[in-house]
Amino acid sequence: MGMTMTQKILAAHAGLSSVSAGQLLLADVDCVLGNDITSPVAIRAFDALGAERVFDRDKIVMVMDHFVPNKDIKAAEQCKMCRNFCGTQHVTHFYDVGKMGIEHALLPEQGLVTAGDLVIGADSHTCTYGALGAFSTGVGSTDMACGMATGKAWFKVPSAIRIVLHGSLRKYVSGKDVILHLIGRIGVDGALYRSLEFTGAGVQALSVSDRLCIANMAIEAGAKNGIFAVDDLTLAYLRSHGAAEPKIYAADADAEYEQTVEIDLSQIEPTVAFPHLPENTKTFDAIGKIPVDQVVIGSCTNGRLEDLRAAAEIMEGRTCAKGVRVIVIPATQQIYLDAMAEGLLKIFVESGAVVSTPTCGPCLGGYMGILAKGERAVATTNRNFVGRMGHPESEVYLASPATAAASAVTGFITSPWEVMQ
Amino acid sequence: MKYTGQVIRFGDNVDTDVIIPARYLNTSDRAELAKHCMEDLDPTFAGRVQQGNILVAGQNFGCGSSREHAPIAIQASGIPLVIAKSFARIFYRNAINIGLAIIECPAAADAVREGDSIEADLDHGIIRNLTTGAEYQTEPFPPFIQTIISHGGLMQAVRDGAL
Repeated sequence: MGMTMTQKILAAHAGLSSVSAGQLLLADVDCVLGNDITSPVAIRAFDALGAERVFDRDKIVMVMDHFVPNKDIKAAEQCKMCRNFCGTQHVTHFYDVGKMGIEHALLPEQGLVTAGDLVIGADSHTCTYGALGAFSTGVGSTDMACGMATGKAWFKVPSAIRIVLHGSLRKYVSGKDVILHLIGRIGVDGALYRSLEFTGAGVQALSVSDRLCIANMAIEAGAKNGIFAVDDLTLAYLRSHGAAEPKIYAADADAEYEQTVEIDLSQIEPTVAFPHLPENTKTFDAIGKIPVDQVVIGSCTNGRLEDLRAAAEIMEGRTCAKGVRVIVIPATQQIYLDAMAEGLLKIFVESGAVVSTPTCGPCLGGYMGILAKGERAVATTNRNFVGRMGHPESEVYLASPATAAASAVTGFITSPWEVMQ
Repeated sequence: MKYTGQVIRFGDNVDTDVIIPARYLNTSDRAELAKHCMEDLDPTFAGRVQQGNILVAGQNFGCGSSREHAPIAIQASGIPLVIAKSFARIFYRNAINIGLAIIECPAAADAVREGDSIEADLDHGIIRNLTTGAEYQTEPFPPFIQTIISHGGLMQAVRDGAL
């Protein structure tokens, strides 16, 4: 029996010639990632283990992104703990205020992940790097501690669902609409414990930014990882970001898939996930006039330059609707600079939006855009669980940057097709 | 390993944001996390949960964020065991890694009611409902995971050179 792309990467990192679904193994990791929320728990476990040194100071990445610049004293203490640990351990890739970005936008941008890598991160959206042909998955703090100490992690080899993409996206439709569509079809546990492997001619029609967005939300279908076949676009991206030499793994022709889902990209419409699960998706034929109080454009899902361009195209020359608070968050310092150079930030501010320093803040209800009781937000983020962005009786509607921007200018959840027709 | 206790029930897709809301993630203090466990789903939970209670839930328990604060908050609330129809994968490994016992058993998760007294025998994969007399069989964990569990979690297993 052949292997999937994911299985091949796991086998290679476990020193095995082949593996099969369900097998438990211990694998070498190429990168161990943590943030200011999950790392403190891992550092305590690392210390409790009695480990003296991290296994490889170049393979640990710690990014202060959730509650920075420090939102309160406790958050400041957590960052201080990470800073001290990385200083003592001489961790090469420690990203603090001024250098940091939202981790899953930052690592690809900084060339810290390449095709064929095995990456674990104490953050569920670590699955993002599957867009670059890596096996990359979210774990907990104890796994992070073990990974930092030993360079290894345990895995159950996943079975897989193949997602075959055809065609290309229409104007104002993006990777976000594709992944929301898919989650709507298979459900929030539709890919539980499994890989989502994206293949087909349609892959080439998706930008790397769209692929990163799609892989990012694989976890929202319960998947262990989402992974894209490597093509010329991937290789060009890796080269231009200074990533290490890629190792290309392709699924065997006789690899086993539990299920195949076909998606015609040309049929995807602007899609919105209603509260309180990402699977509650609707297209605009089924969405009435729903007023919003806040719009958030940013996050590890949709805070890249392409996302800001899509939003700015719609907001240029328009004004944010009265009573709507619009928060734009470039995901990294580089994206911030690029957006400034392109004039995007000017467009946002002139339209009545605010532009924030990179932070995960509002996405997880940390700070920088918390909702009051009964308030409603359209967000380009990834989760709309109860209380995710603030009060347990507030609501989050997940959408693309174009849909969020269209909603910002009308004050209602609005299709970009309607504003730009 | 055997656990006996009274059941507290929850439904499907209980996510880590309701198990421990992000506004409390500025600490990893166990007692502090326990105070806010399940707060956005059931504000009475922290007040009524008792040492030894067993949590029973539906599908996809623990979906969402990778925060280990979620199984820690449950464990620190005095709960030694969670039974569910299925677990989200990061929660599943986090629970095993920190030594919080979990069992996937759809039949028991469907049938057991709030307040029932149950007994779970992890070694043999048997759950008994002491209130109704019903018995359920599940798959025991594979040896690799049993090794982690028997050492009380991943760190101790690594420390003992067991992996």
